[in-house]
Amino acid sequence: MSSELLSQLTTSIIDGDPDATHELTKKALSSGIEPMSIIKDGLMPGMSIVGDKFSSGEYFLPDLIIAADGMQKAMELLEPELSARNQSIESAGTVLLGTVKGDIHEIGKSLVGTMLSANGFKVHDLGVDVDTDIFVQKVKDVGANILGLSALLTTTMTVQKEIILALTEAGIRKDVKVLVGGAPVTRSWAEEIGADGYAEDAMGAVQIARNLMKN
Amino acid sequence: MAETLKSISSPKLSVNILTEDEVLKIHTATLDVIETTGVKFPSHKALDILEANKATVDRSSMIAKIPGHIIEENLANAPSTYTLSALDSNLDLPLDGNHSHLGTDGCGVEIIDIITGDRRRTTKKDVSDVHRLADYTNEIGFHWVSISAQDCHPKSRSLHELEAVWSVSKKHVQTESIVTEEEMKTAIEMASVLAGGKQKLRDNPILSIMQCTTSPLGHDGGSLEAGLIAAEAGLPIGYMTMASCGSSGPITLAGNLVVGNAEVISALALMQMAHPGCPVYYAAAQTAIDLRTGGYTGGGPEDYLFGAATNRLADFYNVPLSMGAFATGAKEPDWQAALDNGLSSFMAVSTLSDMLLGAGLLHGSRILSYEMLLMDCEIWSMLHSMFKGIVIDDNSLALDVIKAVKPGGTFLSQKHTKINMQERWVPTLIDRRTYNVWEQRKDGAREWARERARQILRDHNPIVLDQKASAELTNIIKKHENSYCN
Repeated sequence: MSSELLSQLTTSIIDGDPDATHELTKKALSSGIEPMSIIKDGLMPGMSIVGDKFSSGEYFLPDLIIAADGMQKAMELLEPELSARNQSIESAGTVLLGTVKGDIHEIGKSLVGTMLSANGFKVHDLGVDVDTDIFVQKVKDVGANILGLSALLTTTMTVQKEIILALTEAGIRKDVKVLVGGAPVTRSWAEEIGADGYAEDAMGAVQIARNLMKN
Repeated sequence: MAETLKSISSPKLSVNILTEDEVLKIHTATLDVIETTGVKFPSHKALDILEANKATVDRSSMIAKIPGHIIEENLANAPSTYTLSALDSNLDLPLDGNHSHLGTDGCGVEIIDIITGDRRRTTKKDVSDVHRLADYTNEIGFHWVSISAQDCHPKSRSLHELEAVWSVSKKHVQTESIVTEEEMKTAIEMASVLAGGKQKLRDNPILSIMQCTTSPLGHDGGSLEAGLIAAEAGLPIGYMTMASCGSSGPITLAGNLVVGNAEVISALALMQMAHPGCPVYYAAAQTAIDLRTGGYTGGGPEDYLFGAATNRLADFYNVPLSMGAFATGAKEPDWQAALDNGLSSFMAVSTLSDMLLGAGLLHGSRILSYEMLLMDCEIWSMLHSMFKGIVIDDNSLALDVIKAVKPGGTFLSQKHTKINMQERWVPTLIDRRTYNVWEQRKDGAREWARERARQILRDHNPIVLDQKASAELTNIIKKHENSYCN
C-alpha cells in the first residue's frame, strides 16, 4: 500500500498534476508514511525524472514549473511534520530575491525563484519595487547566501549598482553573493557593477547559484 | 538626406487573417475580461479618472473593472486619422489607414561598434550616430529612439536621447523611454521649442510617445501618468502590449490577443476619459515564449501571425497601429534574421499596419547592428515593391511589344523595356553577381552594409538645429537635471 502510494506520488509529479500530488501527500501522511520517506521515495524521484526529461528536450519549461508547483504544494503539508520530528531537508543555500525599486516586472524574477526552489534552495521572494534598504536589511535577517536582483528597464538596472554599494556600506558585501538579471542586463554590466554572477534565463540562474555556493 | 520617404501605400496585396465575426469575438472576450477581472492601474491619478467614469476601483489591489460600454464610448472619441509631423513637412507621415511607415527598432542596450566590430554598451553619441544613418535612408520614415544613452543620468536619459536625435534629423521622433511625469513635461518643453510653441506642437506633433503595458492585464504607474501628460499636450500616445504566449499571456494565440487587447484598449480609453479626442494609437509586439527557456523569442510563426492580426483589431477600434515587426531574435544579421524580419514585416504590412517597429536591432531588440539596419531597409524596399502588386492595364499587358518581338525575339532592345524598367526592383545588398566574381572575395551583404554604413557616417552630417535652438534644448535638460537628477 505504501509503495503504491509513493509511486502514485512520483507519477503525479511526472504528469504535472499538483492537485493530485497534494491529495496523495495528505493520504500518505494519514496512512502513516514518514514525511522524509514521502519526499525521498515519492516526490524526489518524480522531480528527478522531470529534470531528465527537460534536459533531453522531451519536456518544456511549463512541465518543469508545474512539477515544481506540485512539489511546493506537498512541501507545505510536509514541512510542519518535519519540524515536529526535528527533521529538515538539506538546503542548497538561502536566496533572497526581488525586483529593484522603480520596477514592477515580476514574471522573470518569480520564474528564477521557482527554479531555485525546485533545485533545493530556500528562497525568500521580496516581490517587486523593493527599496534598497529592505534588500540590505533582509539579507541580514534571513542570512542570505545569495541575493538575486531583477531589473527589466534600462533606467532601473542602475539600481542594481546602488544596492551593491549599499551592501558594501552596510559592511555585509562579503557575506552575500549578488546575482543580477533582467532583459537589459549584460555580462559587461554585471562585471562593471561588481556583481558575482549574471544569467540570461532561469536555468542559467540555477547553475550560477550552485557554482557560487561551491566557492 | 532622405527627400522622399519610401512609405507603402495603396497596396494591392492583403492577407485575410481574421473575419469580422472573429474580431468581434476577441472584442467581446476582451470587454468581459476588463469588466469582470479588471486591469491593474497602479496610479491613483489614473484610478481617480477611471472611478469618475463608472469603473469599479479597488484601491488596495489598484485593479479597475471598467464597464464594456464605457470602454467603447471612450474609444469612439479617438481620432481615426492624424499626421505624425516632422520638422520638415515633406517628411510628415499620414496615419490615414492607407500607409505603412517604417521606424527604427528600440530600445537596445548594446551596439556592434562600426569601426572595431566589438559589442559594447550604448552611449548618447551612439544614439546620434544611429539616427544620423537612419536620417540618410529613404526607408526609415521615423525615428523610434533605438538605443539607450546609458552614459547619461537615468532620470534625464530619455531627454538626452531626444536631443541626440533632433540634432541630426528632421524626421518624426517617437520614444518609449519616458516613464515619469517630470521627464514628459520637460520633453514637451523641448519639443515646443522646435515646433514653435505648445499650440503649434499640438497642431504638428513632431514627437509621439509610446508606453509599455505590464502583461498580463496591468500597467506601470509612471507610464500611465506620463502618458496622461502627453495626451494633454496633444502628442500622439500609444500603449504597447508584449504579452507572451505561455508566460504573460495564455499559450493560445487568441487568448493572448485578448489579454494584450485588454491592456491596450483600457489604457487608450483612459486617455480618452481624461482628454477626449486626443490622438492615440494601438501598439503591440506580442510573441510566444521560448518553451525551453521561457525567454522572449523575437520571431517565429506566432509573431508573424500577431503582426497581421493586430491591425485588424486596431482597425476595429478605428485607431492607428504601431506594430512590432523585424526585431529578430538572431544574434547576427544572418539567415535567421532575414527570415524573421522578412516574414514579420511582410505580415504586418499585409494588413497595412500604420507604423512598423522596427529596423536595426538583434537578439530580441537588445543589440544595435548598423549592418542589420541597412539590411532591414533593403527588406523594406522589397516590400515596397511587392505591395504594388501586379498592375493590369494596356501598358503592362504589353500586347504591342509582344506582337512586335514575335516568337524567339528579345525584349532587351525594346523601348517599352527602357520606359518601364524603373518599375523593376534593383537590389543594393542582395548578391546577384556571377559565381566567379563572388569567388574572388567571397564577400556579400554584411560587408557591403558595413562599408556603406561607415561611408554614410563619414559623409552625412546634417545640421538640423540652429545654435539658438540647440542651446535652448541643452539648457532645458540642464534645468531638469538640477531639479531631478541629484
